[in-house]
Amino acid sequence: MGILEIDNVTLAIEGKKILDSLSIDFWEGHVHAIVGPNGAGKSTLAFTIMGLEGYRDIDGDIRYRDEPITSLDVDERARRGITLAWQEPARYEGLSVQSFIRAGAPDADSETVAEALEQVGLPPDEYMGRAVDDTLSGGERKKLELASILAMRPRFVMLDEPDSGIDVASLEKIFEGIDLLRGYGATVVLITHSMTVMQQAEHAFLLCGGALVDKGPMKKILPYFEQECIPCGHKNVPDGGGNDGDE
Amino acid sequence: MEMNDLLQMASVDRALQDEQTAHLAIDLNDVASKRLVPGLQVETEELDDGVAVDIVVAEDVQIGRQVHLCFGVSKEQAVQRIDMDVRLERNAAMSVLSHCIFPRAVDVEHRMDARIHIGENATYRYDEKHIHSQEGGIAVYPSAEVELEPHARFATVFELIKGRVGVLDIDYGITGREHSTLEMMSKVSGRDDDEIKINERGDLVGEGARGVLNSRVAVRNEAMAEVYNKLRATAPYARGHVDCKEILKDNGAATAIPIVEVSHPLAHVTHEAAIGSVDTKQLQTLMARGLNEDEATERIIEGLLS
Repeated sequence: MGILEIDNVTLAIEGKKILDSLSIDFWEGHVHAIVGPNGAGKSTLAFTIMGLEGYRDIDGDIRYRDEPITSLDVDERARRGITLAWQEPARYEGLSVQSFIRAGAPDADSETVAEALEQVGLPPDEYMGRAVDDTLSGGERKKLELASILAMRPRFVMLDEPDSGIDVASLEKIFEGIDLLRGYGATVVLITHSMTVMQQAEHAFLLCGGALVDKGPMKKILPYFEQECIPCGHKNVPDGGGNDGDE
Repeated sequence: MEMNDLLQMASVDRALQDEQTAHLAIDLNDVASKRLVPGLQVETEELDDGVAVDIVVAEDVQIGRQVHLCFGVSKEQAVQRIDMDVRLERNAAMSVLSHCIFPRAVDVEHRMDARIHIGENATYRYDEKHIHSQEGGIAVYPSAEVELEPHARFATVFELIKGRVGVLDIDYGITGREHSTLEMMSKVSGRDDDEIKINERGDLVGEGARGVLNSRVAVRNEAMAEVYNKLRATAPYARGHVDCKEILKDNGAATAIPIVEVSHPLAHVTHEAAIGSVDTKQLQTLMARGLNEDEATERIIEGLLS
């Protein structure tokens, strides 16, 4: 059953087409991957689903549980159960780890916060009193962001490049987090060009130049991506443009 | 409303009952309560419009428990002037938590004129927390001239933790001699027609002196802030940094003027200043967890000022 439907969505920024007539259905409770090389429009699609500033003026429609959501603000989409983890998580001077996690889980007590930290391999004794600032490494902030999502218990989660900037041991914790989300019944969308990360997904959508090139079970898309996309010399800059440099 | 109510408001009423904890509590120009510990001398003189306070920590005395100072005005209209001399003698140490409490202020002026002398190898920490009324009818003028002898250490944090700023005009000047360390932090959040002025000056005149001037300010609605930080280094190996961050919302206006002045080739002072609205990525991350824009902004500001 579909939980979120992208229906013929086109996004142009400064006259350049970044997403091109995309139609995608995400199935409830499944782990999907949006794959493709740099510049394919993967992160842009996630930002558009989340409704971030600069990614709202689209042609086409996005429906979540059959409700059109394109007119909803980011927080309204989040309160319906949609959320996003950034490739490079934000830093906040002075904002405590607890306060950050409670943003998405206002009723969470200290035990719940501690549990979320443990689930991503951040010892609560060490991290509860810290701030989400630049004293944390990129990998620590990445795990912390996943902890905040685990505490939030969303229904539709997009993880943008979940392996970016973290070591192998930490990646295992990220994968365990994905399993937990799946266990909660959440739908997970992995934005990635990593073969390792792709293998966590059941289904994949292959983007190139902002358009959907192929879709299907991961076992079908993975070999194609490996054999065709990785060696491909095509420079994925849709209409010669890009967005914020992330994708 | 009495002094006890003010102390409860600051959650220090129990601490002040502790016989091992020194304190001085003043309501307008009345010394309501005072307790000393060995090595700490506090003389007070009640004036028409306030109190003169003279504090001395004797040589080699290190006061173990934080000393509490409470300056309150329980009236709606008043002028309170605190004229304060603080002297820490050689190798002395003291940490002070000072609460300035004006919960009913409609037209209150609070002036603090302090002269602080920190002796050789002495350490003085001074945390000042303000509780104001919600009406904004308060004008606060804290000023201090601080002198640090060789190897002395001084750290101070100014915070408004509750209520409206009203008018705030901080004026601190600190001189640091050889291998002394000074650190100042001001954290203020203004709204409506609050006016915030922060003027911090550090003079690193001794070899190896260190100094940091920090300011964190948020202004919303029609509030305005002007932050002037000047750090001057005139001795070899003096090191300093000025760091000012101001967040604007609505029609708030802010000015930051960091000045660094170095007149010795072996001294080094750096600065950074940032003024602007809340960072978009910070905001959108919290909104993607379900906070609306105002809630997310408040949480970011709370963090900055924590």
